[in-house]
Amino acid sequence: MPLTEKTPATPATAGTPAIEFKDVEKSFGPTTVLKDLNFTVAPGERVTLIGPSGSGKTTILRLVMTLEDLTDGYIFVDGEPLTFEERDGKRVEMPKKRTREMTTRIGMVFQQFNLFPNMTVLENIIEAPVHVLGKSKAEASTEAKELLERVGLSEKADAHPTRLSGGQQQRVAIARALAMSPEILLLDEVTSALDPELVGDVLGVLRDIAETTDITMLLVTHEMQFARDVSHRVMMFDGGQVLEEGPPDQIFNNPSHERTKSFLSSVL
Amino acid sequence: MTENLTTLLNFLPQLWEGVRVTIILTVVGSLGAVIIALALGLAMTSTHAWLRVPARIIVEFFRGTSLLVQLFWLFYVFPLLGVELDPMICGIGALALNYGAYSAEVVRSSITTVDKGQWEAAIALSLSPSRRMIRVIFPQAWALMIPSLATLLIQLLKGTAVVSFITLQDLTDKITQLRQSTNDTYFAFTVGLIIYFVIAWLIQEFMNFLERRATAALGRRRPNSRTDRREARRLARADAVRKDRSTSRAAADDGGGDGLGTGPESGPASGQGGRL
Repeated sequence: MPLTEKTPATPATAGTPAIEFKDVEKSFGPTTVLKDLNFTVAPGERVTLIGPSGSGKTTILRLVMTLEDLTDGYIFVDGEPLTFEERDGKRVEMPKKRTREMTTRIGMVFQQFNLFPNMTVLENIIEAPVHVLGKSKAEASTEAKELLERVGLSEKADAHPTRLSGGQQQRVAIARALAMSPEILLLDEVTSALDPELVGDVLGVLRDIAETTDITMLLVTHEMQFARDVSHRVMMFDGGQVLEEGPPDQIFNNPSHERTKSFLSSVL
Repeated sequence: MTENLTTLLNFLPQLWEGVRVTIILTVVGSLGAVIIALALGLAMTSTHAWLRVPARIIVEFFRGTSLLVQLFWLFYVFPLLGVELDPMICGIGALALNYGAYSAEVVRSSITTVDKGQWEAAIALSLSPSRRMIRVIFPQAWALMIPSLATLLIQLLKGTAVVSFITLQDLTDKITQLRQSTNDTYFAFTVGLIIYFVIAWLIQEFMNFLERRATAALGRRRPNSRTDRREARRLARADAVRKDRSTSRAAADDGGGDGLGTGPESGPASGQGGRL
């Protein structure tokens, strides 16, 4: 599959990064997945993580969403510590409530959609805006309907998630994440569980969001054409380390590492 | 036999008194059991060891000791410690603790069975731990726990029979009285079986109703539910009609011949479809 050249302009990298990983280490029992990981993502930047399975890409997203505990190091969002901070030279865990306030700025869309089956589509979308952000039900519903229209599902507001196709469920999940007006959107292999004919709709919605908003995006995907079209930067991971990174053109057309070359030839 | 029926008729007010005691024990005991089950079951899913460990110990203790001995403890040992309890309170307490401990395990396992992705989505939306449980996890766990709770509830009903050991005149006690007054063991205990069975059946119907509601709230149906069967019948009928139409059309296309070639085939097929 030839990749067309359409790299978006990189946003200015000056100022406080939207996401910063500082000396991050993550182990699952005896297995170390990430080690001494340092990188930043600028506000509005869209970064794609690629690499063989088990290279720790998804773990990075899950750490930002606080779904995994950090083994060592720090993560900062807008310059503020997310789960741990350094106080008097010691690494101290942040209060859970503070962490939860921070995560309202972050949205995540999962491979398996994870819509709540005990709620209708609309209820799924307004749950957090009403109960976390304290919006009125009427206001949240109006916004939710606008979002549903945007993802092309305005007629499904009162449907049960179980009655929707995978592609529709994933578009609802995207609307649900956007309803929190996140500054950062994490996309974890959002098309991997979909039938091929449904992938296009979901990617179309994401392209639209990328083009019309300045949400910072961190995505893990196997859709290389999509990654190339929407991302400002691609980071190639291997063995819990950033093997190389750069604009999509450079990584896809001119990778400097043998590992990157062989990985790309195996997925393209 | 007619003598027996006359005795039974005269005995009805007393029998009703026994049924009333059994029903009160069952209803109040199961309400207590559900409250205990929720408290202990939720505590057992906690990430805090100071909640989880004591809850686990309490559950194992009350599951591992006999209901009858627990009952005797409340009734005979508490007075020795200076606490006199009404026999009804003892009965309800023992049933609630014993079956509450069993149900706590059902609550715990149902909550842990809910898909991990549901927890993660709730965290990703920054829902507080209590909202996560109340709005997302528990409604889904509830649908999973109802069938097991129904079984335990019926066991609790049957377990109420032990209270006759502590002077309470429940259904079992009244049945033994009926046996003495009729002098007919076969008759009296058969009446007892029937009454217990009817109460158990009512409980099961009620729990089925709860389960239907809970699964419908998840946008699902119980396997082989009435709605499913009705839908299958409707589809089969529609199918049969379509088949009939296509065969008659085929017969018409044949040029209005005798049509015998298709007739015998379509007949039984549509009949079967309609009966499904």
